[in-house]
Amino acid sequence: MSQLQNELSQHRFVVTTEIAPPKGVDLSAALAKARSLQGITAVNVTDNQGANMRLSPLVLAARMLEAGIDPILQLTCRDRNRLALQSDLLGAAALGIENVLLLSGDHMRFGDHPQGRAVFDLDSVQLLQAVAHLNQGWDMAGRKLQGTPSFFAGAAVSPAAEPFELMFQKYRKKVEGGARFFQTQAVFAEDKLHRFMEAARPVGVPVLLGVLLLKNAAVARFLNANIPGVQVPPELVDRLEQAADPLTEGVAIARRQVALAREICQGVHIMSLGHEELIPAMLA
Amino acid sequence: MIISQQKNREELLHNLEGKKRLFLVGCGACATACKSGGEEEVFQLQEWLASVGREVTGSVIIDEACHIMRAARDLRHHRDAVAEADALVVLACGAGVQSISTNTDKRVIAGLDSLFLGNIRRLGQYEEKCSLCGECILNETAGICPVTTCAKGLLNGPCGGMEEGRCEADREVDCAWHSIYERLKKQGRQGVFARPVPPKNWGKLRKPGRLKLG
Ligand code: SF4
Ligand code: SF4
Repeated sequence: MSQLQNELSQHRFVVTTEIAPPKGVDLSAALAKARSLQGITAVNVTDNQGANMRLSPLVLAARMLEAGIDPILQLTCRDRNRLALQSDLLGAAALGIENVLLLSGDHMRFGDHPQGRAVFDLDSVQLLQAVAHLNQGWDMAGRKLQGTPSFFAGAAVSPAAEPFELMFQKYRKKVEGGARFFQTQAVFAEDKLHRFMEAARPVGVPVLLGVLLLKNAAVARFLNANIPGVQVPPELVDRLEQAADPLTEGVAIARRQVALAREICQGVHIMSLGHEELIPAMLA
Repeated sequence: MIISQQKNREELLHNLEGKKRLFLVGCGACATACKSGGEEEVFQLQEWLASVGREVTGSVIIDEACHIMRAARDLRHHRDAVAEADALVVLACGAGVQSISTNTDKRVIAGLDSLFLGNIRRLGQYEEKCSLCGECILNETAGICPVTTCAKGLLNGPCGGMEEGRCEADREVDCAWHSIYERLKKQGRQGVFARPVPPKNWGKLRKPGRLKLG
């Protein structure tokens, strides 16, 4: 059982964060960053995040595991068809990787290869179902596997998305598909988070609140304009704008989110945007 | 209808290199409606070709250029003009171009780019609503196709990029799943939300497609 699964099953408050593989073949910086992390349960390894081409997350996740760090392998439907997805999943299992986070993937237009052809042979619900099959020892075509993986499958959710019921229907399908934990998109509107958690609590699947470090007002504005599903309310943008030290203000905002998560969620997923050294301060 | 548009003249000129005499083919159906390969466009092409020092041996507008036998018949009617030409320039969709290339050993130059199967909003405004996936889900999606009109072709609901009912890939455009949801709600039914939709059977979309009735 992975550290993440273990701690969630014991109802401990978990902290995850994420690391992107390098654009290139030198893993040393990513591994050094992973080793330097403190107070973290598991680390997401992003998969061509934002549709930008990078080294295979499978490789970095395997190397992190060797280094004693519990990885959460992200897999998107954008870049692989059902053969490639299952094949990579079996490869991950053979390397000892258990946590997976299954995503549709950002649209190609955001990335650095906008002329490429997206795949989307499966969607995230169908990929969750595929992983559930693999866990039972069968591939999607109903063929028996040699050796059965035991994935701890997670999914993403955007609690602040409107309309709420539409988003929630998708969330339910993910639960039915086999999601055992959720990491959320960054949520800054507390009322929306409360509404979501009230509906999600009875479902009983752990939710890790996405906490994104707002480094300054410019970052907040950039997120609002460019990152799907992330909305920083104007009050917070103003607060960052007027702060003497925006980064400290950003940490304070993050700390408040973490405190809220401690009350109503089962953990946090911290997106520190390159400021890993501030994670302990956000958790304090 | 197949939506097509003309390749730019520069590209066309490149393809015409070394070809002096040309026979022109247009299509009376889709390419006419798209204003990419009807009477008028064939005429304009002819004028332009003259301006770049080419000779046009003749031209024809085929009723439906995708009709292989009809294309054969129409080419036969222009046997001499075709014979005189070094190449044929075809203003029709890719299917039309291949009706022609099936029926002649001469070099065939495609003058259009074929874009999609389109609905007509009004003349000059076309929208892709169906991508001919071979396994139609419209009955469960209140008549709105997610395979085509969702930028990711998702089958189980919106992605995390939907914002206020708008699509992540283009904020000017409605999220297909939001539209499906709204219409199902109006109809008072759950439709596609009642079950997890399994992965699509792309096997029904045999490539190359063939259908023979009877
Ligand atoms: S599901 Fe969409 S793409 Fe497939 S046949 Fe129906 S309308 Fe066309
Ligand atoms: S926002 Fe809606 S239409 Fe756009 S990709 Fe996501 S689910 Fe599809």
